[in-house]
Amino acid sequence: MKNEFRVIADLIEKDKKVLDVGCADGTLMKFLKQNKNINIRGLEISKEKVQECIAKGLTVIEGNAEKDLKQFPDKSFDYVVLSQTLQAFLNPELVLDELLRVGKKAIVTIPNFGYWKVRFHLLFKGTMPITKTLPDEWYNTPNLHMCTIKDFFHFVKSKDIKIFKSLALNNLNTSIISKGNLGVKNLFADLGIFLIEK
Amino acid sequence: MNTEKKIKTLIVKKPLKLDCGKTIKDFPIAYETYGSLNSKKDNAILVFHALTGDQFVTGINPITNKEGWWSYAVGPDKAIDTKKYFVICSNVIGGCMGSYGPSHKNSDQKIFGTNFPVITINDMVNAQYNLLDHFGIDKLFSITGGSMGGMQVLQFISNFPDKSKTVIPIATTSSHSAQNIAFNELGRQAITADSNWKDGNYTSKETNPGKGLAVARMAAHITYLSKKGLQEKFGRKLQEREDLKFGFDADFQIESYLRYQGSVFVDRFDANSYLYITRAMDYFDLAKQFNGNLSEAFTNTKAKFFIISFTSDWLYPTQENKDIVIALNSIGADVGFVEIVSDKGHDSFLLDVPDFLNALKNFLDKSYEEN
Repeated sequence: MKNEFRVIADLIEKDKKVLDVGCADGTLMKFLKQNKNINIRGLEISKEKVQECIAKGLTVIEGNAEKDLKQFPDKSFDYVVLSQTLQAFLNPELVLDELLRVGKKAIVTIPNFGYWKVRFHLLFKGTMPITKTLPDEWYNTPNLHMCTIKDFFHFVKSKDIKIFKSLALNNLNTSIISKGNLGVKNLFADLGIFLIEK
Repeated sequence: MNTEKKIKTLIVKKPLKLDCGKTIKDFPIAYETYGSLNSKKDNAILVFHALTGDQFVTGINPITNKEGWWSYAVGPDKAIDTKKYFVICSNVIGGCMGSYGPSHKNSDQKIFGTNFPVITINDMVNAQYNLLDHFGIDKLFSITGGSMGGMQVLQFISNFPDKSKTVIPIATTSSHSAQNIAFNELGRQAITADSNWKDGNYTSKETNPGKGLAVARMAAHITYLSKKGLQEKFGRKLQEREDLKFGFDADFQIESYLRYQGSVFVDRFDANSYLYITRAMDYFDLAKQFNGNLSEAFTNTKAKFFIISFTSDWLYPTQENKDIVIALNSIGADVGFVEIVSDKGHDSFLLDVPDFLNALKNFLDKSYEEN
């Protein structure tokens, strides 16, 4: 399991009710269910991934987060997880609002467009950056709204969303993002993980 | 062996008050079982059949000598594995495969015909509930069924919220739409327009309204298939002829196919039963039973739901299945949902659709492991 999922799992206490939005093949769900006795649900748009989740015995709903989150009542989950998907929605702001409505807390992770390798790629190669967390070409990437850790940090502040914890990930290294080190973390982390609440 | 001996029957002594107000008692429910009930009695699956189905789910149906209606899904090592699970299915009341229905005789030894009380999906599941007592099963492992079978699944768990661990409604709806009612009415009109119908008082197989029933079946059969499926299977292919004959024989293969479907159906189904069962489907509106709030139908159950729809099903389309998912999510129920890609229309759930069968098998087996 990738480090990102370990960090997310560490943010969630035992016996909670969690919705994994864009749960893919259910790797994180399965881990949470087995190791933390989490009452876990998934929402996934890909039919193949849904089948993989079913084969793992996970409760998953085939659906689109932009349309299908509205069926869940307010604060019906302790945590709602959105891993590296926010940038792929037509309207990320609306999805973020929905995550915070459905979940008491939300855990959102974003691939950092401010990462030095990304900047380096664009600056010296002059082509759209391709990195481990951004593996696709410009013409086939699902990402519509790339942002940096700094962008996301400012965005949630502007929406009066409380940040409980913000973490910077670089391979296996995890560190805490604060106002003071935001510029540095924005340069050296390829992934940002935010625990937020509205 | 005569027909009666091939059909297992439970006589329900307990009076059952029907939605129409009448009460029935000492009535038969015909059933069949597959696999064996384990000592803990926790491996039973109650399967509900669709409009023209019966209790003979899999293997060779001893009455028709044809494969059971869900042979693709139920059997040893299949999605509903009879080596592992004890499968029970019964003929609905109002039906014609041994359960109490319009072809039965009343206390004056006269065939009921249209004097049989009008029954509902609710009546059907209340009658079938008696099978749990019969087998000494406190809680089923699962209930499942497609189409009208799915309606019974929904009604059953609403009526008996703690009587099944898992619930699998397939290609179904919580309320019959105007289009659904319209197609059923077309079928009923075909039957009642047949001069042999005689207000339901036909007596022998020779003088039954077979033509009307065949037309009803033909019309309904079209609704079970998709346009693409029909086009791919038949297109404009001609039936055993080089060219058009400029007449009204079956020139096209699709005509011949529908005529065949109609004719074989008449041999195994009773026209009055067709009227009664389609009526029960039309009356089905689970939300209405709870003042328009479908979620209320499920508030008392902790069962795990898994809902399945098919892309090309236009009779009970994905959205109607999703409405059930939405109602369950809004009360925080444990519900999974998948839409299976298939060109085979509403009939997909009866056919060899591997993605569907795999999903069904995985859901059941994984849920059973967690037992």
